[in-house]
This record gives sequence, C-alpha cells and structure tokens, in this order.
Amino acid sequence: MAQLVPSLLRQELARLAEEDQRLDGRGRWDARDITLETNCLYNAEGSAKVVMGGTIVYAGVKFELRTPWPDRPTQGSLMCGAELRPVAGRKYEPGPPSPQSIELSRVVDRGIRESNCIDMESLCIVPGEKVWGVMIDIHVMSDQGNIFDACGLAAIAALRTAVVPAERFDVGEDHKLQVSSTPIMASFTRAGGRFVYDPSEEEELGGDERIHITLGDEGHLHSLQKGLRGVFTPAEFAEIFDVAQKHCAELRKLVAKQEGN
Amino acid sequence: MGGYGDVQLLRDDGSRLDGRKLDEMRPVKIEAGVLPAADGSAMVTHGLNVAVAAVYGPMEAHPRKIQRQDRAVIDVRYNMAPFSTSDRIRPGFNRRSREISKVTAEALESVVLVERYPRSKIRVEIEILAAEAGTRCAGITAAAVALADAGIPMRDLIVGVASGKIEDTVVLDLDKAEDNYGQADLPVGILPNTGEIAFLQMDGDLSPDEYNLAMEYNFKAAKEIHEIMVEALQKRYEGGEA
Repeated sequence: MAQLVPSLLRQELARLAEEDQRLDGRGRWDARDITLETNCLYNAEGSAKVVMGGTIVYAGVKFELRTPWPDRPTQGSLMCGAELRPVAGRKYEPGPPSPQSIELSRVVDRGIRESNCIDMESLCIVPGEKVWGVMIDIHVMSDQGNIFDACGLAAIAALRTAVVPAERFDVGEDHKLQVSSTPIMASFTRAGGRFVYDPSEEEELGGDERIHITLGDEGHLHSLQKGLRGVFTPAEFAEIFDVAQKHCAELRKLVAKQEGN
Repeated sequence: MGGYGDVQLLRDDGSRLDGRKLDEMRPVKIEAGVLPAADGSAMVTHGLNVAVAAVYGPMEAHPRKIQRQDRAVIDVRYNMAPFSTSDRIRPGFNRRSREISKVTAEALESVVLVERYPRSKIRVEIEILAAEAGTRCAGITAAAVALADAGIPMRDLIVGVASGKIEDTVVLDLDKAEDNYGQADLPVGILPNTGEIAFLQMDGDLSPDEYNLAMEYNFKAAKEIHEIMVEALQKRYEGGEA
C-alpha cells in the first residue's frame, strides 16, 4: 500500500528542526530507550531480542554442515537475512522479499562480514569436505522506525551468544562460536532538513535520505550505505560520523554487558 | 506415526517423560499488546512454543476481488521463523503453512462478527518464534487474544488445544517427542463459552472411546487456557491504559 506523506508532517518536521527539536521530544542526537535480551529463543543456537522504542526485532542463529566452495576449501560461510514480514506493520505486504528487505539484509550482512569478526577458517571441520554454514535470520516484528540499527544489533548480539551444535551433527563437542569483535550500526535520517540519529517512524515517513554507518571495535568503518532520495555534504557526514562513534561505543558496551550475564 | 514402539514415552509408573500427568498440559503464559506497530497483538508461550500474533485492520480489502459485500474477510498468515526449529527452515510459505493459515482463517471467521465490516479485511499474522509441537494451537490462541486486543467484536474467544495418543494411552498436549513418536494428534479450536468447536484436525489412529477421552481432555484444557487469556486481556486494559 502506497503511503501518503502528508505535507503537514514535512512542514512540522521542518518547523521543529528550526527550533532544534524533535517530534518525540528527543535531542537531535539522542537514542530512544533500548533493551537487549539474549538467548531468548529455544531452538536457535544463538538469539537476541532488541526493543528500540516501539521497534521490536528478533535474531536467531542456525548452523548447517555444508561442503566448502571449491576455491575456498578451508573456509566456512556466513549468511545474514532479514525478513520484513507483514507482521511488522500495516505498510508491509505479503510476497517475495521487497527491495527494501534485501537492502536491509545486505547492509546488516556487510557490516558483520567486513568487520571480519568471524574467522571463516575457524568454521572448517574437514578441509575440502565439511565446513559450518552460519545463518543469521532476523525477524522484524514491529517497525516504529530505525529497523536497520535494531537488526544490526540483534544480529551481532545473537552471534556473540551462539553455541556451535557440534554434538547434534556428530562432529565433536559443542563450543562457543568465536566472534572476535562487535561491529555496530548507527543510522541517521534527514528530517526537516537536518540529520537526526535513531529516526522514528514519523521522521522516516516525512524525511529524506538516510545514512547507515557500521563501525568496528577500533572505530574503523566497515560498511556504509546511503538510501533514499537526497544528497549530503562531507561536512554533514563528518558531524554524524562523530555521533556514530559515540553511540556505537555505548551499544558495544551494552552487548558486552549482556554477555556477562 | 510410524515411530511407535521405538521410543519409550511413558515411564514404568505411568507418568510422562517430562513428569506430567496424562491430563496435564504444559505451562502457558499469555501477554496481550506486545507489538507497538500492530492494532492488536499477543504472545503465547506454551511449553517451549512461542507464538506471536499481530492484527491489522479492519482495513480496505484489496485486491477488490477478495472483497465480500456482506462481511469482512480474515487474511491469516501462519509462518514459522527460520530459527524456530532444530533444523533451519527456508523462509517463505510452504504447503503446511498454507494449509494451517487457511483452516485457521476459517476458524477465526467463525467467531469474529465479520458481518459488522462489509468489504473490509482483517489481517492476522501468526509468527512462530520457537516450535516444540503444538504451534498451530498456540497460534490460534495468540490470534484470538490479538483480535480481542485490537477491539474487534467476537462471539467468543477461541482456544487452541491438542490431545493425542502415546503408547496406547490418551494424553493431553503432546510435546515434541510425544508428537514425533506418538500414535495420534487431535488439535482443536474451542469456543470456551459456547462449547462449540471452530477448528478441527486429526491424524493417526484413535478408537471412538479414545477420541471421546481426548476431546474431554481438550475441553478441560481449553477452560484453563481461557482463564489465562482473559487475565492477559484484563491486565492489558486495567488502569485505563490504551
């Protein structure tokens, strides 16, 4: 169903931007309340639930045995998929994966893959014959804005708590999946002419382009994506990049704290 | 149900492997209003099963060919998350989920006052996040609470429950091992106030007497689950919220 973008909403966002305010009362760079829960799904080898405001996302990790690619006989594989099923909101329709959900999946996948937090060699069981395929499936249950960050956070938190079910597949003892770092995504949307962090549903609806930044433990960039219509300046990027660094560091602490439990 | 005889499902003292009595169901927890984006929602934890239902609507029915001039249509999608089972499920519809969606929709159309909303559609999304036998029943229960949470008028709630047979013994609410190696499964959707049945499936082998006992167990369990459903809805709306 096509969504009407009421011009009133755009006007209101522009007016609030002039006063440096947001619809829900947050500051420009403030996040909504976040809760993270891990190991919350029976049957998943690693799992996480992320609640960010009214956005709710689950991620589950599954493993399968597969034969390695011929050109990489000692490497396992990683696949990350996000499903935007119609449960997530009125605007989502049943049917094959939309371009939007494919973009979401690929941006989350790149952030994790390119950080090299999982050593593909560590997923090898018998070179040339048997390797682990790691699959992270993300289920968006309720979209009230910024599902990208919620999906990214759920995915890495689920991975970091995953146990390789070697006993069930008769290839050794169960062991923790080795994940060497914690890549975190930070997303910004232009609402009322200026960028805001952690956009709400209304800000996405009445806003313009969005930028997603995934940062590793050392603050290095691992994935970038600009989505939707609009342009930005290098100065604007420099500003949100600093904000991203701060929020990613905080969220990384949240993941570590959850693991400590 | 060919596994019978291979696996012992009842202990020598007659109790079940997880310690339950024959007519005892797994623990059930229900929470209403769990998804902020939905018009109504509920989460049902039944044993280790986790079913979440979201309701959207009533809304305009489209494409127009699905519209009914005299009533609303209920569009149900039952879906198992890829990580809900021990082996990952490929995302997307399969024949099993299509069939369950269809009969669940028909069961819900029997309790929702669909004639109040001609030409409209009510979307019911059932997502199974964890599966341990009995997901369709947990899904029906979740859908009923979500519909009530959405404020959609119904003649009655509908409760999903199942009984079955293991080692020639009728038992209430099969768990995973009992479902895999048992002899019969009888999932039903019961209207707790009127005592009517809106959903019925069965597979395996049951004698007429065994069917009667299994149904008796189902009605007993439906009464217990109904109380939990009502409590969940009361909790959601007490204190003048929402």
